[in-house]
Amino acid sequence: MTLKQIEGSQGVAEAVALCRPEVICAYPISPQTHIVEGLGEMVKAGQLRAEFLNVESEFAAMSVAIGSSAAGARTYTATASQGLLFMAEAVFNASGLGLPIVMTIANRAIGAPINIWNDHSDSMSLRDCGWIQLFAETNQEAIDLHIQAFKLAEELSVPVMVCMDGFILTHAYERVDVPSQEQVDAFLPSFEPRQVLDPARPVSIGAMVGPEAYTEVRVLAHAKQIQALTLIPEIAAEFKAHFGRDSGGLIQPYCCDGAHTVVIALGSVLGTIKDVVDELRAQGCALGVLGITSFRPFPLMEIRQALLGCQRVLVLEKSFAVGVGGIVATNVRMALDGTGQKVLTVVAGLGGRAITKSSLAATLVAAMNDQLEPFSFMDLQHEVVDRALGRERQIRRSGPVAESVLRDIGVVASKIS
Amino acid sequence: MFQTRIHGRGGQGVVTAAEMLSIAAFLENRHAQAFPNFGSERTGAPVVAFCRMDDKEIRLREPVMAPDAVLIQDPTLLQQVDVFQGLRQDGFMLINSARSFEALGIGDIARNMNPLRCVCVPATELALRFLGRPMPNAVLLGAFARLSGRLAVDSVAAAVRTKFSGVVAEKNITAARAAFDEVDRQLTQQAGVTHS
Repeated sequence: MTLKQIEGSQGVAEAVALCRPEVICAYPISPQTHIVEGLGEMVKAGQLRAEFLNVESEFAAMSVAIGSSAAGARTYTATASQGLLFMAEAVFNASGLGLPIVMTIANRAIGAPINIWNDHSDSMSLRDCGWIQLFAETNQEAIDLHIQAFKLAEELSVPVMVCMDGFILTHAYERVDVPSQEQVDAFLPSFEPRQVLDPARPVSIGAMVGPEAYTEVRVLAHAKQIQALTLIPEIAAEFKAHFGRDSGGLIQPYCCDGAHTVVIALGSVLGTIKDVVDELRAQGCALGVLGITSFRPFPLMEIRQALLGCQRVLVLEKSFAVGVGGIVATNVRMALDGTGQKVLTVVAGLGGRAITKSSLAATLVAAMNDQLEPFSFMDLQHEVVDRALGRERQIRRSGPVAESVLRDIGVVASKIS
Repeated sequence: MFQTRIHGRGGQGVVTAAEMLSIAAFLENRHAQAFPNFGSERTGAPVVAFCRMDDKEIRLREPVMAPDAVLIQDPTLLQQVDVFQGLRQDGFMLINSARSFEALGIGDIARNMNPLRCVCVPATELALRFLGRPMPNAVLLGAFARLSGRLAVDSVAAAVRTKFSGVVAEKNITAARAAFDEVDRQLTQQAGVTHS
């Protein structure tokens, strides 16, 4: 292993290269670009023996990935935001066909309004597409999850998304421990596909299935996710035995024992939350944190178990379902069905809005004092929303919303947070 | 934890400066985290980048809102961006300029701070002299090493070599060392004034 101070994207590129992918196909989109650029450079320099395909779109990227994976090649791609949406049809096909592709999602908001910054709207929009979704808290974990992802994907013949916060992780320089090729080779065997297009033993992949068997094929896809609930912790344990680090797994509880209030979140915001929780615990607040690493499959029983004994759960999520509310919170409520535990939802960090310690602390204190609405937005500028609604009430041709809000709040370039 | 915020414009290497700062700290066996606050990605637009250093793992991901040090690569930002937002009175202030704080119109701010922690360094001029290009980022890190006392200038030099190679790296390092010496000269002079 080698300690390095490198960009998260570079770390992921090195980790993916260590997994010896045979085909890499990608179309650049911020904030994913540095990852595939890094891999492209390694292929060009001859350090990585892989086919690197520059494709004309994300739809082509996933289509190439489907073809190469079906032909028995270990296949990798990466995207974000609109790129993931553009490949959506092929994303469903990859999982429907059971092809063990690994894809990084450099999490970013979705337009309109166009926004290049981080939130979880992209991954969440395809949460039910049949892929496994793992969320990284740090760049070290992003590296480790990619190495685990290939093993998991190929064992189950199911594709895996490794989700890492765009910019916050992808563009952050921090210390990472990059494993050696020998270590990764010892952990990750070469790809032995469960299904393969082989001229010597011809099969077809992708049959049309009518009402007579469609349900059964879908249930088998669900069965793979259920198997992943067992396999993910096993692979994390095996990873620890090989690399000496805790990384991955289904969930990561922090100070949950004896906590009256537990904060649930996914991804890099967990670090800031832990810092705030440490400070509030020092003042006597009975707080804990539960990080969800595996969002799909969703570990209902493990989450229920980890939350036993707490009175209240605060789900902090970087996405929301317009017209309903929280996405993660809805899943957490399923896990807590019948327990009577209170579940609060706070949406934060949309489109890159900074999630600050001070706002987090205020939110947690309000939650502990039962002063938080069941569903709320952290640092929402209520007056901006109210003025826009007022304009719409008064004027029929009130104009495009995004432009009118920007005019209302004025120049933002001079603000740091 | 020591938190630094770097302000500049697209094309001046603001993000690279924060990254090199984190690499220099890493080379001294510390934990460091550098990240940009990307706005509109175009040449000349205001850019902000951050660097945190600590002796333990850094989990915090919020932007640096109360910096211990502010580095300003382009003094024309002083009238455009609230570059001193959250800067502590005993914090460090390093500005790329051949002019004085008074001439830059921030005399009031500088007077409220520790004079041994505030310096203007003509980093662009030094870069032009040693590199032949107006790239102030590595130069200012040399100045920062002396001003803050948080890093050895040799660590800055080693960090520069991870980002640049050959002649470009060495010229940047020479310029960074010249900036280190310039801050040393100013601080020695200032210490004399303070003591007399």
